[in-house]
Amino acid sequence: MKHSIKRKLVQVAAFGYSNPYLMNFKGGKLYQGKWKQFCNPGLNCYSCPAAAFACPIGALQAVNGSANFKLSFYVVGILLAFGVLLGRAVCGWLCPFGLLQELIHKIPSPKLKLKKAFLYLKYVVLVVFVIVLPIAVTDYMGMGKPAFCQYICPAGTLEGGVPLLLSHQALRQTIGSLFTLKVAILIGTVIGCVLVYRFFCKALCPLGAIYGLLNKISIYGLKVDEHKCINCGKCRQICRMEVDPVRATDSAECIRCGECAKACPEGAICVGFAAEGRKSERQPL
Amino acid sequence: MSSKAKKMIRLGGILVSGVFVLYGVVRGEAGIVLNKAVNICFECIGLG
Repeated sequence: MKHSIKRKLVQVAAFGYSNPYLMNFKGGKLYQGKWKQFCNPGLNCYSCPAAAFACPIGALQAVNGSANFKLSFYVVGILLAFGVLLGRAVCGWLCPFGLLQELIHKIPSPKLKLKKAFLYLKYVVLVVFVIVLPIAVTDYMGMGKPAFCQYICPAGTLEGGVPLLLSHQALRQTIGSLFTLKVAILIGTVIGCVLVYRFFCKALCPLGAIYGLLNKISIYGLKVDEHKCINCGKCRQICRMEVDPVRATDSAECIRCGECAKACPEGAICVGFAAEGRKSERQPL
Repeated sequence: MSSKAKKMIRLGGILVSGVFVLYGVVRGEAGIVLNKAVNICFECIGLG
């Protein structure tokens, strides 16, 4: 089976297990079972009627902003486990919002590359909106608000806001300037994703920032056999995350999609679990 | 980073993550996550 189709099937399966309760869209209800105490590895809003798990970024802010705790060991532990095991392979293979962005990017239009400075924006979003604001800005009860969800997250607007507002008239009557801001960010993100491959992942996603930092040590990794590599540059040309796999095997931007390994004419690139200890199984093209 | 150092960091990371998750569950964080996730998050949908 073609590698890109295999990855797409895994992404669709991940989207499916993340959002199995499709019938909830009809009544605008949320799944309320015990599975929701577990975090999804990818970005998927827990206010989406179909969602089966908690969003890790939403959960992190919820516990960090609670009256009793200022650091969520539970969510940090889950993120650390996913990160050490998979790194940004979560983004490339398991993230529901990543799949949506890839589908949006298929809309015909001129395709652009993102300036490198924008890649650092997601770390600012992580520190300011996910960590600092929910802990530092609190109400009289000592509770903080999930600033990333509140002011930025387009996944929440798309997966939770739109379907819930369509099915609840009472909620529609409470729409204000904040919702207008979030819809503007959603529209901006959609336009960004049409023009730039995985615009949100590259520029804004705090979850991608966390997994990107763990890419350097993740068990699922990428290895280039220097003896086989002929520096033809085909891997760099095919990479839509704009990574040079030969120079930066542990790049925080690499989502381990494996397209570079398939494009290598010498079979010099290996992507998978414990890649550095394995030899590439592929023969030269 | 050497291969051995990477393996040690990975092992440490997995152990730490396990301890963190257990500690978080024991002090009731999973309940906070569940409570947040089963109710409509008004901030998430742009109304909060």
